[in-house]
Amino acid sequence: MPVVVLFGVILAWSLISYLNLFPAYAFPSPGSVVMSFREEIVAGRLLNDIVASLWRVAVGFVISVLLGVPLGLWLGQHLKARQAFVPMLNFFRFLSPLAWIPFAILWFHIGDKPAVFLIFMATFFPLALATLVAVATIPSIYFRVAQDYHYKGMELLTKVTFPAVLPQIITALRVSYGIAWVVIVAAEMVGCQDGLGYGIWEARNGLRLDSAVCYMIVIGLLGMGIDRLLAQLTKLPGIRWGYER
Amino acid sequence: MKDRSLTSGLKLENVSHSYGNVAVLKDLNIVVKPNEIVVLVGPSGCGKTTILNLLSGHIEPVSGAITRAGIIRTVYQQDGLFPWLTVAENISMGLRSANNGATHGSELVELIELIRLEGFENHYPHELSGGMRQRVELARVLAGDSDILLMDEPFSALDYQSRLRMRHELIRLLTKRPRTVVFVTHDIEEAAQLADRVLVLSNRPATICRELEIKAQKPRKLSDVSVISAMEEILHELGLDTPEDNNLQRMSI
Repeated sequence: MPVVVLFGVILAWSLISYLNLFPAYAFPSPGSVVMSFREEIVAGRLLNDIVASLWRVAVGFVISVLLGVPLGLWLGQHLKARQAFVPMLNFFRFLSPLAWIPFAILWFHIGDKPAVFLIFMATFFPLALATLVAVATIPSIYFRVAQDYHYKGMELLTKVTFPAVLPQIITALRVSYGIAWVVIVAAEMVGCQDGLGYGIWEARNGLRLDSAVCYMIVIGLLGMGIDRLLAQLTKLPGIRWGYER
Repeated sequence: MKDRSLTSGLKLENVSHSYGNVAVLKDLNIVVKPNEIVVLVGPSGCGKTTILNLLSGHIEPVSGAITRAGIIRTVYQQDGLFPWLTVAENISMGLRSANNGATHGSELVELIELIRLEGFENHYPHELSGGMRQRVELARVLAGDSDILLMDEPFSALDYQSRLRMRHELIRLLTKRPRTVVFVTHDIEEAAQLADRVLVLSNRPATICRELEIKAQKPRKLSDVSVISAMEEILHELGLDTPEDNNLQRMSI
């Protein structure tokens, strides 16, 4: 069925383009996009932009996970700290990461850093919040059992608390990765000299919307592909339980 | 192997407990002898689970003293297994004190054989039936050095046939690995089949309104005279012996 839908979309696209409902420069045909793909691949620009974007998302996202998940684990276990920090975390979560663009450029100038910073700002707060909510709602019976079998301190954290919330953390990873992938395009439109977002911006400046569409297709496919990879984590033996009840 | 007849036992002396202004237990005195199965029955909400929480040490009484001798473990109604661990890993939690790897391995194999779940070692709890999960819980609490088992309606989430099977299973396991047991249930049949001694609790604030010793050999059939007469006595004590008849009589008057 997805293949049928795909063909339907391409058919509608071809039809609109064939009927010239919009001027060719504003509505590139499938054929011109294919040509543009070839051009970008031969020139090596597309591959370079893919690597640049993936690198920035990976760095920003990994920093977010390394800081956000432990913070969420800690806040989830400490009611007072949670009550103190949650309003602030929520405030920043609702702040569009794009609002940070002027700061990102002023603080980090151009290159990878502003984009990495924006990815971090976009993903850190939802990840920390999702983790703390998951920890705060762990069924109390797990902690009683842990007490019966003398799990304490670090062992309690690594062998009970963390595995108990791992399925929810993975769901949070998928959601925040989705945000990161959306934000990288906007982040690279300013302050970067390469990357998929920059590619679209360049195409727009040169009025080459066929090239922009080619980049949009790559962004969509890469986003789906990486989400598929993250989804594989839900099938791991010690995690699957969280998705089967 | 340690001699549990010397090391295990539980004692509640004049224990009272309340939640805020609600008095739950009043001057309760219970002594549980080593390797004895004491079953607590009583009306819903009378404080049976509170007694288990006091015995396990999860809560402290408002007044009175509790003596606990031995390692205590609890079997919960359901979901007591860690879902991210396999059957073997869950049971191994009970063997954490066994430092020797070889002992640990052989004990684990023996426990899995004991609960007849060979071949399911690497299964996760969500892949098992309710009865199988409770058998794994039993293996986990029986593992290693445990002395006292607190059982909080452990079979109540199972269907009737599984409950009947699990009662026999528990008796079989306890014959092989004797433990001191405090078993809370609302199921009169279960109490009469399992108990050495049944303590019938009153409404809140709970006191012991009847102590019933059942000396008949185990395993007991539901049709055994001792089981039937124990059930009748417990029902009578709870005021549930022939409620419909009484109501009908009242209505006809």
